[in-house]
Amino acid sequence: MKVLVGVKRVLDPQVKARVKADKSGIDLTNAKMTMNPFCENAVEEAIRLREAGTIEEVVVLSVGAAKSEETLRNALALGADRAILVLTEDVLEPLAIAKIFKAIVAQESPDLVLVGKQAIDDECNQTGQMVSALLGWPQATFASKLEIVDGTAQVTREVDSGLETVNVNMPAVITADLRLNEPRYASLPNVMKAKRKPLEKIDIADLGLDTANRMTTIEVMEPPARASGVMVENVAELVEKLRNEAKVI
Amino acid sequence: MSILVIAEHDNVSLIGATLNTVTAAQQIGGNIDLLVAGNSCSEAAKAASEVVGISRVLHADDTSLEGQLAENMADLIVSLASNYTHVLAAATTFGKNFMPRAAALLDVSQISEISEVVSADTFVRPVYAGNAMAKVQSSDSIKLITVRTTKFEAAAETGGTAAIETINAAADTQMSRFIGLSTSVSERVELTSAAIVISGGRGMQNGENFHMLDSVADKLGAAVGASRAAVDAGFVPNDYQVGQTGKVIAPDLYIAVGISGAIQHLAGMKDSKTIVAINKDSEAPIFQVADYGLVADLFEAVPELDQAL
Repeated sequence: MKVLVGVKRVLDPQVKARVKADKSGIDLTNAKMTMNPFCENAVEEAIRLREAGTIEEVVVLSVGAAKSEETLRNALALGADRAILVLTEDVLEPLAIAKIFKAIVAQESPDLVLVGKQAIDDECNQTGQMVSALLGWPQATFASKLEIVDGTAQVTREVDSGLETVNVNMPAVITADLRLNEPRYASLPNVMKAKRKPLEKIDIADLGLDTANRMTTIEVMEPPARASGVMVENVAELVEKLRNEAKVI
Repeated sequence: MSILVIAEHDNVSLIGATLNTVTAAQQIGGNIDLLVAGNSCSEAAKAASEVVGISRVLHADDTSLEGQLAENMADLIVSLASNYTHVLAAATTFGKNFMPRAAALLDVSQISEISEVVSADTFVRPVYAGNAMAKVQSSDSIKLITVRTTKFEAAAETGGTAAIETINAAADTQMSRFIGLSTSVSERVELTSAAIVISGGRGMQNGENFHMLDSVADKLGAAVGASRAAVDAGFVPNDYQVGQTGKVIAPDLYIAVGISGAIQHLAGMKDSKTIVAINKDSEAPIFQVADYGLVADLFEAVPELDQAL
């Protein structure tokens, strides 16, 4: 079996996003970039499936500018077998990304597509669901546990009310939540080895897809700031302020 | 404009997030229908008919809708979508599951987690863990939208008299099966609808110590939440988690106990009206968003708070 894993290059989650002065977006100039945390969980799960002998090959796919190669090399250093980079300078919406995934799935015929449940930059939480829709495959989102049994995937999903279990036919699309696993770090020898692993680059134009965005970003603003608070000396003062000043208890 | 709102329910009553989503629909304006889909959910359909501001309730009841699997829900929505200009659902794990699937089947983009309606095609939504707000305009003919429920008041739950119309489910895709749902049983008010929430972090040290928070919560009629650190450490189940990857809440009062205030936790609670932070580390980032900060050992402060209430 083969797994196709999607990875996205995003602003490092430890870095605070700064809105550009002209309100056109977030200033990413010289900002530290990294693999989206949920994508790390997806890569880790794919590598574990291969280590367990459930699958034979892990292919990683990213859509983005040339620098996304760094993110793919990182995935290769973690243990993925080969990588595909679909090159575009545009920031695409999840629907367009899903169309690209569908085209790559047609080339690669994976048994499973694994992606992170959301990217921490645009916070759309759409791509996995859209890929499964376009492929006509089942989906299991927000996975915290995955078992492949008799050609089906048994998935525990993190939902607002607790943990839900679904069983889906394969091939399927599964989106990873943070508790799916604890991603490993790449060792230095593996980082070196990753430089020689195959990485195929495809120009987006060669896929011949309609990837036009459907939304226009009018402006990106700072969120309203909270008024600064006060420090209280003790519990008695806290309770007094909550009762008489904030009037919330 | 005609708007379809997808109701989240437990077969008997509506989940609160549905009422906030109805308000977002009202701000867009136009006729609003409410879809109640499930297996044996006629009581929920009746509850839906009483929500103020609803034109019709569409009630789809079929064994294939047990567990509201994304594949069957999306196909049902697609079968109805041509009658509407907008389709809305709450940005809960329920809505987030099937809405993008339906959007892709309709070849439209989804507008995720809107926090403000500017006009019928323009919306504001938080990005980068709420550190920026993007104003976006959609050019799609049908707009599929998920709603950040904390940013919209709840519509009145009773007083309406909408007609209930029975509709057919879509054909069962039989691609996936609902096995079960395990919920952590709590007598307390639900986290997402509570007016007061008291949350514990890694500083609580173990699950046993959360009982201190339970006692305060009982006196205040509050819900108990937790940071991701506390959930990852196994102190409490995942459905306690407040944050970017857990629940996004905005109660009148949020009390953070032993929580440092990581960006991803702040993303889930910083819209709360009043925030209290109790932490022994005066440098903890949680104090930057707190209205009232108390630098103290929580093992002394929480029992004192319990006594004082």
